[in-house]
Amino acid sequence: MDQFISCMGNFFSRAVNGIVLSAQSEDPGIIMRTIDYLSRRSDLILDLMLEHLWLVVFTLVIAIAVSVVVGVIISYYESFAQTVLGICQVLMVIPSMAMLAFMVPIFGIGFTTGVVALVLYSLLPIVRNTYTGIRELDPAIVEAAKGMGMTERRVLLKIKLPLARPVIMAGIRTAAVMMIGIAAIAAYVGAGGLGELIFSGISRGHQPMIIAGAIGVSIIAVAFDYLLYWGEKRFSVEGRTREVTE
Amino acid sequence: MLQNLWKWLIIPLIMLGIGAAVVIYTVNNPTDSIVARMLTYERVFRVIREHMALLLVSMIGATIVGVLGGIMLSRPKLYYIGRVAENIVNIGQTVPSLAVLALFYTVLGLGFRVAVFALFIYSILPILRNTFAGIDGVERSIVEAARGMGMNPFRVLTKIELPIAFPIIVAGIRTAIVINVGAATLATFIGGGGLGDLIVTGLSVHRDMIIFTGAVIAAITAIFLDYMIGKVEERVVRWT
Repeated sequence: MDQFISCMGNFFSRAVNGIVLSAQSEDPGIIMRTIDYLSRRSDLILDLMLEHLWLVVFTLVIAIAVSVVVGVIISYYESFAQTVLGICQVLMVIPSMAMLAFMVPIFGIGFTTGVVALVLYSLLPIVRNTYTGIRELDPAIVEAAKGMGMTERRVLLKIKLPLARPVIMAGIRTAAVMMIGIAAIAAYVGAGGLGELIFSGISRGHQPMIIAGAIGVSIIAVAFDYLLYWGEKRFSVEGRTREVTE
Repeated sequence: MLQNLWKWLIIPLIMLGIGAAVVIYTVNNPTDSIVARMLTYERVFRVIREHMALLLVSMIGATIVGVLGGIMLSRPKLYYIGRVAENIVNIGQTVPSLAVLALFYTVLGLGFRVAVFALFIYSILPILRNTFAGIDGVERSIVEAARGMGMNPFRVLTKIELPIAFPIIVAGIRTAIVINVGAATLATFIGGGGLGDLIVTGLSVHRDMIIFTGAVIAAITAIFLDYMIGKVEERVVRWT
């Protein structure tokens, strides 16, 4: 334990020293070199960023379509809802590197592998939130809609889904933020995106490249989080949102 | 009781059995000489041991620091810092795990210890947040009542606040473990070893069997840990 603490303390001081000294010393420190790299290769970084966004958005559209349908179906068949949610839970717990590795022998290397793995990951948050959002609606509202003579399909489209929308949106937000991180890892199996900068930077020992990749991914993730949070608030029914954690 | 225990143990035992079967099968039936060289018992066990070490050291450290930090931030004097810290932690959690590992690599270099340190920092976040939120969520009137009964602040903390916040703290630890297990397979990129080693080796020499072995063990470890902590969580929630 002592050793652990001293080791951690050592790392802290080294990290602080590394950043402070590099800002003071004569040779261009890591910050300057990163800025230099960013200005020189801005075209490449922009391209990779767009690729990353394309992968995430493309996957998100598929994931929303699949998961909302699954969520709606299991809200009608209570008996296998728990099984489906359990399977989704297991899928999400599997480490992303292992999931991508499973996909490689099946789908080969490339964009498809990334898309399939990401869709499997994003199932749980969206399915669970769709299911919970529909289940937890006030039964009186559904009864009233039925009493007005609405068919089941119309109840679903006009009542259930619009009222469950804030909860579904919260699930989509969780999924999107998670996807951005996993998309970076998917670059290792050739899905493209900013992860490529991180991986080639690590293998070349080119630090500005790694920093550009890592910070780029983080900025996309934080920006998406805020954007979807704003969207949730803006488009929710009564301006209220709620995250379902369990 | 014994029957209950059996029910508890059956799923973990099945998972361990599958893991052991996969390891024994793949080690004894290599498809070619490259696979035979990569997949020996010695190598597989070393990788598993490294993986467990990564997980255990970072999780134990993160739990201690996260819980203590959360308690400290929830004290009235530091409460406003706690609020600020909560927002910072929320942003920190949005940062992908690969980015965190890569950034630590640029500052501290390669190695097992750097990987442990990065995982440690990354897993503090959910634990810290949940501890703070859990203690913050305890109703003021309960704390007031305890104080009115003449408890000193330390006893209020240990007898009232922590027991009430306990399920939330355990939920935070569970989140941290799930994140940590996923990130531990990435430690291989910064020289941390672990099961990611097998997967990455397999991908680079293009042998599906090595990839499969690594991925199966990593997945089973993750599901196993999640299952166990889920059961513990259930018990804890039932108690309170």
